[in-house]
Formats: sequence, C-alpha cells, structure tokens
Amino acid sequence: MEDLTIASKKAYNKKIGMEVLFTRTLIIVALLLIVLVLGIMTTLIIESIPSMKSLGFKFLWSKTWDPVNNIYGGYPFLLGTVLTSFIALAISIPFSFAIAVYLGEYNSKGWLSNLLKNIVELIAAVPSVIYGFWGLLVLVPIVRDFETKFNILPYGIGIFTASIILSIMIIPYAASMGRELIKMVPSNLKEGAYSLGATRFEVIKSVIFPYTKSGLFAGVLLSLGRALGETMAVTMVIGNTSLIPTSIFSPGNTMASVIANEFTEADHTLYLSALIELGLFLFCVTVVINIIGKFIINKFSNN
Amino acid sequence: MQAHIKFRVAKSKAAEIILIVLAFFVTAPLLFIIYYIFQKGIKVISWNFLTQLPKPVGEVGGGIVNALVGTGLIVLYASIMAIPIGILCGIYLSEHKSSKLAYFSRLCVDVLQGVPSIVIGIVVYFWIVKPLHTFSAISGSVALAIMMLPIIIKSTEETLKLLPASLKEAAIALAIPYHRVITKVLLPCGISGILSGIILSVARIAGETAPLLFTAFGNPYLNTSMLKPMQSLPLLIFNYATSPYDEWHDLAWGAALILLFTVLLLNIITKLTTRKWNVQL
Amino acid sequence: MERTIIKSENFNAYFGNNHVVKNVNIEIERNKVIAVMGPSGCGKTTYLRCINRLHELIEGARCDGKMLLNGQDVYSMHPIFTRLKIGMVFQRPNPFPNLSIYDNVIAGYVLNGIKMSKSDKNDIVEKSLTSAALWKEVKDSLHKKGTFLSGGQQQRLCIARAIAMEPEVLLLDEPTSALDPISTSSIEELLKELKNNFTLIIVTHNMQQAARVSDKTAFFYMGELVEYDDTKKMFTNPDDIRTQNYITGRFS
Repeated sequence: MEDLTIASKKAYNKKIGMEVLFTRTLIIVALLLIVLVLGIMTTLIIESIPSMKSLGFKFLWSKTWDPVNNIYGGYPFLLGTVLTSFIALAISIPFSFAIAVYLGEYNSKGWLSNLLKNIVELIAAVPSVIYGFWGLLVLVPIVRDFETKFNILPYGIGIFTASIILSIMIIPYAASMGRELIKMVPSNLKEGAYSLGATRFEVIKSVIFPYTKSGLFAGVLLSLGRALGETMAVTMVIGNTSLIPTSIFSPGNTMASVIANEFTEADHTLYLSALIELGLFLFCVTVVINIIGKFIINKFSNN
Repeated sequence: MQAHIKFRVAKSKAAEIILIVLAFFVTAPLLFIIYYIFQKGIKVISWNFLTQLPKPVGEVGGGIVNALVGTGLIVLYASIMAIPIGILCGIYLSEHKSSKLAYFSRLCVDVLQGVPSIVIGIVVYFWIVKPLHTFSAISGSVALAIMMLPIIIKSTEETLKLLPASLKEAAIALAIPYHRVITKVLLPCGISGILSGIILSVARIAGETAPLLFTAFGNPYLNTSMLKPMQSLPLLIFNYATSPYDEWHDLAWGAALILLFTVLLLNIITKLTTRKWNVQL
Repeated sequence: MERTIIKSENFNAYFGNNHVVKNVNIEIERNKVIAVMGPSGCGKTTYLRCINRLHELIEGARCDGKMLLNGQDVYSMHPIFTRLKIGMVFQRPNPFPNLSIYDNVIAGYVLNGIKMSKSDKNDIVEKSLTSAALWKEVKDSLHKKGTFLSGGQQQRLCIARAIAMEPEVLLLDEPTSALDPISTSSIEELLKELKNNFTLIIVTHNMQQAARVSDKTAFFYMGELVEYDDTKKMFTNPDDIRTQNYITGRFS
C-alpha cells in the first residue's frame, strides 16, 4: 500500500507474524490433547506387557489373586466391579429418572425446582473421599446392624455398602442428562397427546419416554462409566479382599480399589504389571462406554 | 366410562406423588452428609487445627497445616499448567467446528473426561515419579491438571460458540489480527463463562484423591518443595479415616469439613457466575 | 488519482459446490454511493463480503478472479491491509458489548495495539462520532457501554467505529434492515454526507432505499451481475428485462 508508512508496515508485519504464531500454537495444543490420550493408552499398554505375556488375556477370568505366590487372576475384581456398578445403577435409576421427569416435565421453573436441581448437582460435587469417610463411619454400622438382624455375617463393609454409596454418587449424571433431554421433547407432541385426553402419567409413559429413550439410555451409560471407575469411596467401604465374593454382602474388591490398595506395595514387575493390566482394561471399558454414550447423545440432539 | 377416567386420573396423580417423593428423597443423603460432617468437624476446627502439624497417635490436638498448604500448592501448579492449555484448546475447537484435527481432538477430550482418575494416577506415576525416583507434589499437579483439562476445554468451547458470529466479524472487519480478535474481543466477552469453567475444574480436582495416591503420595510433615512428596487434604482424610484411632478420625472430620465447604462454595460461585452471565448483545 | 477504486474481473465465489457469485465484472468509482440490490439469495451480500475478504472465513467458502483495490489485487496481500482500507458495517448493529462508546469508536486502533496519546484519541472519537451524526447525542455518556444505545444509535456507532480507521471504502450490508423508519432515514441522510470522504457500497433489498441514496446501482440476480448503471437510469429505463421485472415487482 503506497500510503502506509514503512514503520507502520513493519509493525503490521510483526502482527501478522504473531497471527501465524498464534494459529500454530492453537494447532499444536489441539494435537497435544491427542498425544496426551494416545500417551496414556501407550503407557498403559507398554507397562502391562509383562502381564499380558505371561498371563495372557485369560488373566481376567482366572479366579485366584495371590501375589505372595505370584498368582494373578482378575476375576474377583471383575466380579466386584460388575456387581457394585450394576447394583448401584439399579438403585440409582428410579431416583435419577424421577428427578429428570420432575425437573424436565412437572416443574421445570421456579425456586423449588431450581433448588432441587442445584442440590442434585452438588451431589456430584462432593469429593469421593468424603463419601467414603461418611460411608465408613456412618453407613457401615447401619449396614452391620441390618446384617445382624437378618443373620448375615455382619461385616458392615462389603459390596452392598459400596453399591449404596456409589448409587448416591452417580444419581446426578443420569438425572441431569435426562432432564435436558426431557426438556427437549417438542411441546406439540405433548400437547397432541393432552388434547386427546391423556393424563400426565400417560403422556410421560407414551410420549416423553419413547421420544427420549435412547438419550436416557446414554445417560445411564455415562452413570455406569462413572461407577466403574470410581475409586476412593469404594476402596474405603468394600473390605479389600481378593477372595471371590460369595454374596452381595461379602467384602470384595473392584478393579479400581485393588489398584488403589496394592499399587504402591507391588514389589515386583509381574505384580505391578497385572495391576496395570486391570487399569488398562478399566480404561478401555470406560472409554468405550463414554464414546457410545456421547455418540447417542450427539445423534439425539442433532435430530 | 366415568370410573375409568377417574382411575386414570388417580393413577396419574399417584405416579406424580411417587415421582416427587423419589426426587426429593435424593436430597436427604447430601443434607445428612453435610449436617453430619458439619457437626463432627466444627468441634475440631480451631486456630491450632489450621496452623499446626498432626501430632503422633496418643497425643491430643494437632492440626493439618501440611495438608492445607499441600492442597493449595498442588492445585495452584495444576491450574498453572491446565488453564492456558485448556483455554487454547477450547479456542481451537470453537474456531474449527469441522476440521479433522478438531474432530479427533474433541474425541480425545471426551475420552479424557471419562478416564477413571486412578488410571491417570498410574500413568503419571510412570511419566514422572518413576523417572525422578521419588513421589513428588509436581507429579500430583500434573495428574490433576490432566483431569482439569476436559472441563476447561469444554466450557471455553461452549462459551465461545455462544458468542454471536457478528462479534468476531466486527473485529475482523476492523483489520484486527486474528490473535487479537480472539484475545481482546472474544475472550473478554466470554470471560465469565470461561472463568466459571475454571472454578468448576478447581472444585472438581481439589477433592481428588485417587490420582494423588501414587504421585503426591502424602507427607506427615510440612513440605513446600514441589519435588518432594506432599500432603493434601483428600489424602489426609483417606489415611486418617481408614486408621483405627479416634484422634485421627477427629482430624479427618475437621479436614473433611474444610474440604467439603471449599468445594461446595466453589460450585455455588460457579452457579452464580453462570447465572449472571449474559453478555448484552 | 484514478477514478476507479474497486474493480472486479471475472470474479466468482462459492460455498462448497454452490456457485453463488458468477463471473462478476464491475468498476466502482471513487466518492460515490453504490447500491447493490437484488432478491434474497442473489449473491449480493456474498459479493460484498468478498471485497474485504470476510467471505473466506466461512468453512468451505472460496473465490477466484480478480478483486482490485486501487489497481492492486486484494487477494495478493494480507487481508489485514485490505481491511484497513475497506471498512464494513453489518446488517445488525454489533458494537463490542464489553467496551464503552468511547472505546468502541477507537476499537480499531486499541485492539490493533496502536499506541496513541489521550488527545489524539479524543480527537478521533469526536471527529468520527460527529461524522456519524452521533456526537451530540452521546457526548455526555461516552463512557457508558455501547450496548445501552438504541438500535439506530448503535448502528451509527458502528459507522463511527468503521470510519475512525479512515478507510477509503465503506461496505454496508443492509445497514438499516434491523432499524425502525426514523433511524433508517437518519442513516440514509448520513450516507449522503459520508460520500464526500468515502466510497460507499451499500447492499439493500429495499428498492426505494437504493433509489434514495445511491448514485449508481448494481442489480444482482441468481449470482450474476445483471446490470450496473446510474441509479436514475436503472429505475426509469433499465436495459435488461430482469431488472425491469424486479423493479416493477414481478418477482422479489
């Protein structure tokens, strides 16, 4: 430009240089995220190679975990994780669903629903170690009394107790997801049903529920992902034994809790590697669950 | 006919009542936990509790100053690492809605959000603790920073996406270079959304224990060196809560009260800032 | 100085596979008001956004051909230099919501990191706001946020912000379509004043507006530049049947 002075042109060239630098930084950071996740995966795989080599994939189904004699089988922890997560899910679903329907349909505005919504979100905010602590000192004695009454070995701690704590912790995830989805149900669909004389319950059952089914399922999946990976609260109340649980009231261990308990004690390669293989498995399962959940939700909200 | 309608209406009413009872019942455990911890913890908290080191078993008193300082430092360093990267990545994702890199980057953010925190602890153990041959506060910060990233990235991306395109065009049409369009126009306009994401991420990690077990590890003494093991509030609660000593349980209740209220306070601040946040356009 | 300021040669613009501006050739003269009109979707706004290279910001958008500013192809220089010379006012007023009226006017300088003395800033603010016929209304509230103004005032603030940078050309993309009739007429008055210092290119779907404010009019239809002539002639005796149909309201 003929009338831009040399000095100001220089200043602008410097700015253009900055612009290029900035654009490149953004790209590098976006790449960094990918590298980070790939790095996490690679580290887990590399570190679990010794265990994969000597134990293979049947490791997950072998029934004995005895580090003293160098025998490693993940089945007790697999079972513990599946039991705690699914019991917790079963307990939490009615509550999550009730909250979602109440906040999404019955009462989506006003101070009362606002309060409930905020309290539910705060449930997710409480650190898991606090749930664990509270569970250990308050819930465990209650469960123990209950077990004594019904003539079950009164451990107090165990899979059942862990499931209860977990169920409280995961309620908010499915609940807030469900609330969003139920709010997205087009009002003309609902009005159509109402104008045909349907009651509110019938509208929920035959309009809202079918419409949001896939999304609600995704919400439950995300809750499940949380439950599977939850460590501290479970570790504190589950009893930490590597024996195969005999009932839902017996003590056990989940994959996450066995890692938390034994990782710093694992004194030889195979032991450590077996723990990491559990971590790798946990990683893969939660990643798959989360991706499926997100995929369903994206598909739902794009419709 | 009449009776049938009455039955359906009654059924609907019953369903409504059950739903409301279930929905509000959920608040009970939270309120109970808050009440219980408040009741147990408030007795313990005193000036000495905040300024002294824990005493050995058997001695009365002692405090948790090491954990308070430790949590502060670990979270501070985690924030220093996570905030710039998180904001920059959020900017990239909001600016490139459909590029290949954005697709994979977004996927990785989703993945990272779902990774169990204990797994991040394992990985950081191999990245930092093992090469340095010692547990260290900085490794704890790295683990927590990784957990902060998805929250900051998501909130930055969503906030910037909500800003109208006309704002960016106005700035670009004024011949403002791209980096200044972002840093001087878009970021200031979305600052409260981004800030609330940052506060939320701090609230989320301040109570994280699992990733610190094999990184910051814990330390019964006061330490301010980031290259040495360091105590933190959640680690202290975990260790003392699972011990058999009542004195230590007391310390843990006090620590739990402080942690719980800090975290809840940060969450409430986030809610207030997001509610206030409506840039006039 | 040459009379022609902007010249397009065989200019095309696309959104993905959509060919939205087709082979446009036009020469625009200095210090005139040029109206660009046509039915919606005819490519008039896209063409306007190609002049200061805003079109290329949209994902999947591209263009080819020549777009000359004072004989230099704007697509061969960095877009910043193009946009320094070509200001723009948008359909909806878009003052920066985080800045005061004062800071909005000098935003082009401040956000560019250009350091100026307080008195220089004051001069630019007063001069620009005066040119935009807004000074009298806002001189006592310069430090209020720009978003507190009415729609018409906001749009004049945006004009002030654009002309503060002293561009040669000012692009206006339907600047009054979001405004009430009174604000519209005050902006139209303003445009007549501004042409003494700037070349104005205004996109409008409002024929009366084109007739009122412009010296020359370009008519776009389905991506093509159908006709470009003196406004008077266009509205009384257009050459092309399509122009005639549009002006007489046979299609919109």
